[in-house]
Amino acid sequence: MNQPTPSHHPVLETRGLTVRFGGHVAVNSVSCAFHAGSLTAIVGPNGAGKTTYFNLISGQIPTTAGEVFLFGENISKLPTPSRTRRGIGRAFQLTNLFPFLTVQENVRIAVQARAGMGLDLFSLWSNHRELLEKAEYILEQVALTSQRYTQARALPHGDQRKLEVGLMLALEPEVFMFDEPTAGMSVDEVPVILDLIKKIKEQGNKTLLLVEHKMDVVRELADRIIVLHNGTLVADGEPEEVIASPIVQEAYLGAAPDKSKGTR
Amino acid sequence: MLNSLFSGDFPRSRVLTAMLIITFVGLLLTPFIFPGARAMNVGAKICIFIVLVAAFDLMLGYTGILSFAHTMFFGIGAYGVAIACDKLGPDWSSVLIGMGAGMVISAVIALVISLFSLRVRTLYFAMITLAVASAFHILCSQLGEVTGGEDGINFMVPDLIHPSTQLAEPFFGVEITGQIVAYYGLFVFALVVFLFILRVVNSPFGRVLQAIRDNEFRAAAIGYRVVVFRSISTVLGSVIAALAGSLLALWLRYNGPGSTLGFDIMMDILLIVVIGGMATMYGSVIGAAIYLIAQNYLQDLLKLVQADVEGIPVISGMLHPDRWLLWMGLAFIICVYYFPWGIVGKLRMRALGIK
Repeated sequence: MNQPTPSHHPVLETRGLTVRFGGHVAVNSVSCAFHAGSLTAIVGPNGAGKTTYFNLISGQIPTTAGEVFLFGENISKLPTPSRTRRGIGRAFQLTNLFPFLTVQENVRIAVQARAGMGLDLFSLWSNHRELLEKAEYILEQVALTSQRYTQARALPHGDQRKLEVGLMLALEPEVFMFDEPTAGMSVDEVPVILDLIKKIKEQGNKTLLLVEHKMDVVRELADRIIVLHNGTLVADGEPEEVIASPIVQEAYLGAAPDKSKGTR
Repeated sequence: MLNSLFSGDFPRSRVLTAMLIITFVGLLLTPFIFPGARAMNVGAKICIFIVLVAAFDLMLGYTGILSFAHTMFFGIGAYGVAIACDKLGPDWSSVLIGMGAGMVISAVIALVISLFSLRVRTLYFAMITLAVASAFHILCSQLGEVTGGEDGINFMVPDLIHPSTQLAEPFFGVEITGQIVAYYGLFVFALVVFLFILRVVNSPFGRVLQAIRDNEFRAAAIGYRVVVFRSISTVLGSVIAALAGSLLALWLRYNGPGSTLGFDIMMDILLIVVIGGMATMYGSVIGAAIYLIAQNYLQDLLKLVQADVEGIPVISGMLHPDRWLLWMGLAFIICVYYFPWGIVGKLRMRALGIK
């Protein structure tokens, strides 16, 4: 099982991933593999199970059935922190920061998590220059340098979204999971995030997953699109071909075919 | 040097700095400026409560854990020393054994409580600790043979810190007795432990605690095992509470349920944290000093004032010394209303220009 994985093997894979909330199947047996250097967009109408699928991969909710593999290792039973330390990074759809810490401290706490230095009780937080420099570097990338001493709760929405992404960058993950990273951002802020995503992709060895509603963004960034509908994987392929497919046209332009299964 | 002593966490407000210096110098010179057993008693209690409340704030203000078992650990430390000195004789080895046993027992109990219940929500944890602490209180009141029951234990302490020991010629008119030694021992101990807690909250670990307090979900998502951090914080806070309890027992040469386990002491701790300001270690210093001085001297102040208003019908009644708790309560309400972040929180925010 634990042989070194050749590069053509997927970095992340879900097999028959399923979660049921009472009688409602939110994610229904989704099998899918993600490879290094690729960006996969996950699209689907509201309530299709996109964020729930993310939650299953990063471990926020337990699976009902199926497995998640990271570099060939079954991580389905691991708690969230262990998955994060193995290389799964996630930026949340609803901004999820440390409101009473400053912007710089927010990023630094994530840099420190990556460095595995949380259990250091006796050294001075302010003495770790290397962590601070790394945090500063990330602040630069998400264009928040001038706000570094502001408390996160005092940031405008767009900047909170950028910080959200900054926290994930600080973890230096292998798998980047973006959940609507540009939602609610003003038009001039969006390029900062899109450029960042492109830059990560250009590194070539990272695996990117993107949940996004804006089709122009998906077209611009994705190598591949998968479509979730009522928790089921209904399409998977090249962007143009998937966007043109009847199922996407229906989901995005017409009425959803099966409303009785309900939405979240 | 100063930076590492204060762990880079300076008062950051001139008023606060002044208040801290006054408190420090006041406590340092108490035996000389305010002669008499009573002032020294208040001074010693302030030192002990600074440590006790700082440990509580490590849990509440920095980690977001509300534990009503803080007085239980305070009591365990105090009983440790009291029982050891009582049964093994009044020498330093029994003091050390008692202190050590109190701290180890506290650590184990705190760890067990943490692992069983820190996964649940804050409020449930508070209730579990309340239940455990109440059970412990009753147990100590009932187990007469070990704990002395409701009467508690009067015990002898080593000669060096016994009040009747005469150690040196009077110095500035103050007799150097064992009590003076005990006072300064306590003072230094409290100072060192306080600076230690200040260091912990300003360490990489301390920032993770704050992150967990702010957003537990995200702290886990960036890779911190929340339960581990919370447990360490709880164990550390509880062990320091036990240490404070040992100091109190040594100072009083007595321990009983009323002096360390009572719910009124838990209330004192909560009030001091709120008055001083949560998540600011200096809040425990300012809060403890103001609260304990008010608690011990407000009645005397009222006595003085009442003499002047003798005979004026309503006012005289309101200013009767027995009404001191009423005034204390009013002061507390005003404090919470005007300084919701505590005195230190308010001063720091003002210094940083935050409204």
